[in-house]
Amino acid sequence: MPANAFNGRTDYGIGLGLRVPHYSHILEKKPVVGWFEIISENFMCDGGRPLEVLDRILEQYRVVQHGVSMYFGSADKPDREHLKRLKALVKRTNTPWLSDHLCWGSVDGTYTHDLLPMPYTLAAAKRTAAKIRRVRDFLEVPICVENVSSYAEFHVSEMTEWEFLSEVVERADCGILLDVNNIYVSSRNHGFNPYDYLNGVPHHRVGQMHIAGHTKFEKYLLDTHDHPVLDPVWKLYAEATRLCGVTATLLEWDDRIPSFDEVHDEALKANEFIADAKTARKKSPSPRSRAA
Amino acid sequence: MHRALVRPLAPGNRMQSRWTDGRPMADVVAEFIKPNDRLTAFDRLEIYNRMYWFRLIDSFYEDNPGLRAALGDRKFNQLAIAYLTKHPSRSFTLRNLCGQLETFIRREPRWTAPHTALALDIARFEWAQTVTFDEAMRPVLTAADFGRTDPSRLRLGLQPHVTLLALQHPVDTYVIAVKKRDSLRSEASNATTSARHAARTRKVARPRRERLWLAVHRVENRMYYKRLEAPAFKILVALRDGQPLVRAVAAAGRGVTPAQVQDWFALWMQLGWICRRK
Repeated sequence: MPANAFNGRTDYGIGLGLRVPHYSHILEKKPVVGWFEIISENFMCDGGRPLEVLDRILEQYRVVQHGVSMYFGSADKPDREHLKRLKALVKRTNTPWLSDHLCWGSVDGTYTHDLLPMPYTLAAAKRTAAKIRRVRDFLEVPICVENVSSYAEFHVSEMTEWEFLSEVVERADCGILLDVNNIYVSSRNHGFNPYDYLNGVPHHRVGQMHIAGHTKFEKYLLDTHDHPVLDPVWKLYAEATRLCGVTATLLEWDDRIPSFDEVHDEALKANEFIADAKTARKKSPSPRSRAA
Repeated sequence: MHRALVRPLAPGNRMQSRWTDGRPMADVVAEFIKPNDRLTAFDRLEIYNRMYWFRLIDSFYEDNPGLRAALGDRKFNQLAIAYLTKHPSRSFTLRNLCGQLETFIRREPRWTAPHTALALDIARFEWAQTVTFDEAMRPVLTAADFGRTDPSRLRLGLQPHVTLLALQHPVDTYVIAVKKRDSLRSEASNATTSARHAARTRKVARPRRERLWLAVHRVENRMYYKRLEAPAFKILVALRDGQPLVRAVAAAGRGVTPAQVQDWFALWMQLGWICRRK
């Protein structure tokens, strides 16, 4: 069941991140693409070429907004000016849902521009859920929160990451943008089983998925978004799709970006796994029921 | 964690080995971050410490290619770290990262000496490009709008994307020579940043002193630099600062003919620079 309340009851299929090196190709060739994900912050400006490009894209394509600076996990209150700009963009794009990360990244108005892992405590979950609710009420659009890749864990954590994610989204009554690559990267960095993570989240709340490439270093994996998707991530994606149903899926490729066609072809590989997942799902339905 | 994260890196792009009170950093970090079987708590926080600096410095490099060329890599890098330490990002977007650079260079000229005057000009010029790139375009004023109000009371606006610069050096041609660019800023989701910095800039001789009045502006969403005559510049500054039309024109000073003023206004209207005041 791909459409749910957390993705505006849409069925968007496979999408691509809208990236600067591809603008001219997209505008000139008008390739067939299910949808584009934009980084909201790149278009929260007052004019100029960013908005011109966006408006031209909106004439032809469905667009979903993805943010990198809301910092639901930061103690700071949401910045009013930020929210106003974001809401103006929501109205412009008519995004059916909006996503940002389950992380922190700002302190007293100073921004790190990073997606920092949170301590997995009940207090943090409650505070974060309250912030998500406030933002959603202001923006009047469904919100999905994305699990981040991480390289550190805190002594004070009281639960696993997937328990924390579940706690937050249940309390906020919001959706999940399940980043399968991030689950894999974090599982290798922290030594947990990524399939435990997949099994541990409320599948009916998954409104979107991310896939991406990462880089292997000697002692850890780094989430670089500069490679094709690696095989273990595709396998995890297939299982995620079996558990959650075929869900709007986006390939992230943010660095060393190859041609549009190469990125598009990589994204469309997801279709193979979707087909497999559909077959597997018929044979063995997910043990967790999905909400209506 | 935040304080540790934003501390400048030690030589070799390592996290500093001592905390601010002199304690070993490894002990401080171990109090709140878990180690794993491959990395100590110090190693794990260092990943974030490095990424923080690489990301900000990359953005600083990207926004200031002319300044980098004028100062040289070593001095430019020192300026970047000094500036970013004093002025960490206070905005949700890295677009605004260099908004305080002009003020910083004025207050702490040691980072740019002996080229501080040139550095100031370039920093102002490169920030103007950031502003011009995505600032608002208000509805342009029409000739009919002029007729409705007494010129002694009429106050005109200058488009927010137009930046007026009185400069001591011809930095427009200098920066064009260093790096021709018309790129779009972009922030990425969850992707890490390596210490690659922006591509190396071309080696170009530093410009000699020369008074220059410049407008950095946008036409059909493309960026342009227009050199102005000094009296024309004065009129535009007066308009921007809210002077009524008659007083703004008077700001041009003696020796300016009505025909010149008429020509200037005709051009500015054609370029869409003049708008209603907000």
